[in-house]
Amino acid sequence: MRLDLILRVATKLILPFMLLFAVYVQLHGDYGAGGGFQAGAIAGAGIILYALVFGLAAARRIVPPALVETLVPLGVFIYAAVGVAGWLTGGNYLEYNHLAHDPVHGQEWGVFLVELGVFITVSATMVAIFYAFTGRGRSR
Amino acid sequence: MRNLFAVAVLSSIYSFMMASVVLVLDAPDVALTEAAVGAGVGTVLIVGALYLTKTDESPPIHGMFLPLVVAAGTAAALLFGVSDTPPFGDPSNPVTALGPDYIARSIPETGIPNVVSSVLASYRGFDTLGETVVIFTAGIAVLMLLKRSPARRRGDGDKGG
Repeated sequence: MRLDLILRVATKLILPFMLLFAVYVQLHGDYGAGGGFQAGAIAGAGIILYALVFGLAAARRIVPPALVETLVPLGVFIYAAVGVAGWLTGGNYLEYNHLAHDPVHGQEWGVFLVELGVFITVSATMVAIFYAFTGRGRSR
Repeated sequence: MRNLFAVAVLSSIYSFMMASVVLVLDAPDVALTEAAVGAGVGTVLIVGALYLTKTDESPPIHGMFLPLVVAAGTAAALLFGVSDTPPFGDPSNPVTALGPDYIARSIPETGIPNVVSSVLASYRGFDTLGETVVIFTAGIAVLMLLKRSPARRRGDGDKGG
């Protein structure tokens, strides 16, 4: 029998709330504390906690390393693409005013997409660094 | 202190205390980041690095004198730099002087009540793009240094991973 039963049960209880809190921090960043970076850190920490308790193989089944390594540049791409969208809609780089029918809506769209890009890059980078550290085994 | 596990735990505790300090200074978003990254993920990565290397510090190759000079010199340089910064919380600081402008403009211009979010993502969106690229670069650099290529894994009969 495994001796880490308490850790496993506690992790299973905590993990959904951690990920939900990450989504809350992400989407509620316009009104409360937080934003893409904080939410990405929390989500990445949640996946790392899962990997610590249930093992690297289990975490890699849920979040494959290939997916993580795709998401790291994808977030930067989304952010930069929002900037280019500002150009294409007739403004400066990263100007959100023309992204929707009026400037305030455009700003909200721009901030939402930019925060999404930050979230994707931050969470994926955390998990990628963790995979790189733990996937090596001892060198000696 | 020679046991590096204890150092990792101490740095985690220190980071958590810093998160509390930052929370007292009314910056809950920074506190969230410090608690999640510094106290949580950072400690995990330090312990992961210890697993890859050794858990005990090797004996020092220099005497006490040289590190002491380096530490004292760095501290003197930092104190000299701090002496040139504007006083903490002074209303004429550029940081405090520009605040009311952003607070007045945020809701009419962006519709976002949290001024921190609107400054980060909209008014200084270029800065945040740079920060995201920095995180991306850090991730890529760690992957380049530490990730085992599949070809090498076939070659040396990998045990871990």
